[in-house]
Amino acid sequence: MDAAINTSVDARDSYCPGPLMELIRTMKREPVGSVIEILSSDQGSAKDIPEWIHKVGHEYLRTEEKEGFWSILVKKAK
Amino acid sequence: MGKRIVIIGGGTGGTIVANLLAQGLRTEMRRGDVTVNMLSASDKHVYQPGFMYVAFGRMQDDEIIRDQRSILDSLVNLYVDPAVKIDIEGQTVTAKSGRSFPYDYLVIATGSRIVPEEIPGLKEGAHWFYDLQGAKKLRKALKEFEGGRIVIAVGVPHKCPVAPLEVTFMIDDLFSNSHLKGKYELFYTYPIARVHALEPVAHWAVKAFERRGIQYETFFNIEKVDPEKKQLHSEEGSVIDYDLLIAIPPHKGAPLIEDSGLGADGWIPTDKHTLTMKGKENVFVVGDTTNIPISKAGSTTHFEADTAAESLICLIKEGCPGRRYDGKVFCFVETGMDKGTYVWFNYNTPPNPGEPSQMIHWFKLAYNRLYWLSARGIL
Ligand SMILES: Cc1cc2nc3c(=O)[nH]c(=O)nc-3n(C[C@H](O)[C@H](O)[C@H](O)COP(=O)(O)OP(=O)(O)OC[C@H]3O[C@@H](n4cnc5c(N)ncnc54)[C@H](O)[C@@H]3O)c2cc1C
Repeated sequence: MDAAINTSVDARDSYCPGPLMELIRTMKREPVGSVIEILSSDQGSAKDIPEWIHKVGHEYLRTEEKEGFWSILVKKAK
Repeated sequence: MGKRIVIIGGGTGGTIVANLLAQGLRTEMRRGDVTVNMLSASDKHVYQPGFMYVAFGRMQDDEIIRDQRSILDSLVNLYVDPAVKIDIEGQTVTAKSGRSFPYDYLVIATGSRIVPEEIPGLKEGAHWFYDLQGAKKLRKALKEFEGGRIVIAVGVPHKCPVAPLEVTFMIDDLFSNSHLKGKYELFYTYPIARVHALEPVAHWAVKAFERRGIQYETFFNIEKVDPEKKQLHSEEGSVIDYDLLIAIPPHKGAPLIEDSGLGADGWIPTDKHTLTMKGKENVFVVGDTTNIPISKAGSTTHFEADTAAESLICLIKEGCPGRRYDGKVFCFVETGMDKGTYVWFNYNTPPNPGEPSQMIHWFKLAYNRLYWLSARGIL
């Protein structure tokens, strides 16, 4: 079962700044430990977002493919 | 009693909405059936895209600053009195002077501002061109630059997503045609996996970087600056040395928004089609201050202002909501000192930038002057 989501960001149909930039913006103001969901209709972001999460050292929880979009969960680790 | 519309913010969005309302509701405003009150933090209107040209000595203060009153329809009441509190339930805005402005409809267009202080060392170690003072300081630094590494580092979130690329190409053109040729290098950093948010722009820009020998690093989010060692650190763990650092500092909305409890970091939750504040149909939000996940740009603001003004006119004249915003954004992109391209997209249409040309560069320069017609609601 999913961890309780603290904040959900709907970045579907967003070409610019795009889902990852929206996620970065949101993560900055969330407290450590908070679980953030990002919704993206962009296939590239579904790959880039987990890569960034690993690179920066947050906790990647999961990606779920829905009808025409992806839901990605991340836990702020630092 | 007539309908009272209050507009907060005399920048791009607020001014266009005010002037379009005066055009569409002229009869009602003359009769006193509709009142439009604008609260502005300043008596001046500033054309912010001009800052980039100021940094290169290509535009002067007089070209980018006008009296706000001079570009506002005479039917609009201007109060140079910043709003300090928005009471959504009580439908009242309180200004710094203590005066209250009750409204039937509210338009919030308070824009965004840079917050370099949010990144340790950035204020001390970096230059920027996102305000007039910073642009002038950068102009001096570029004039005095004697060679070495210039780092252009992009923070999140920021307005005008193409400006960082534009400035990079403009500096390269400037220095490659000067005595500094061969004595400088450019290094560009970007927060996500590619060099620009828009995939086709990133694709095109990487080719231009490679052709020009500009280095870059992606997945780079500025963590801190060490002005002593002249080093830039990323949250992802890299460290880059610089001789001249040009940052695009992170942005926030106006303090008024957070002070009034309307949105974290000053971004107001806004319906992406109706442009009304979520849950409040009589409050319109236009420009940078929305939380809509699209580019914070003057063009976005302009198209949103068109939509909001049309909706307000329709609501007042016919009692029905007006048109829906389709997410349209249009941006000129300078690709050097003498060429440019443009990109447009909306919620459903991906961007597709064309070949850079001299003509588009000239058009951008022309738009720098035509802006004053846009603000007046003429263009
Ligand atoms: C260097 C640079 C280059 C740019 N280049 C481009 C470009 O090429 N193309 C493009 O489309 N866009 C560009 N932009 C972005 C564009 O300028 C902004 O997106 C646009 O101005 C946003 O309009 P706005 O009405 O939301 O905010 P603004 O135009 O910033 O206006 C907000 C107004 O609200 C006022 N205000 C704030 N708080 C209060 C308060 N409490 N009470 C009353 N008034 C208040 C402010 O003083 C200001 O006048 C650029 C911006 C910069 C900085």
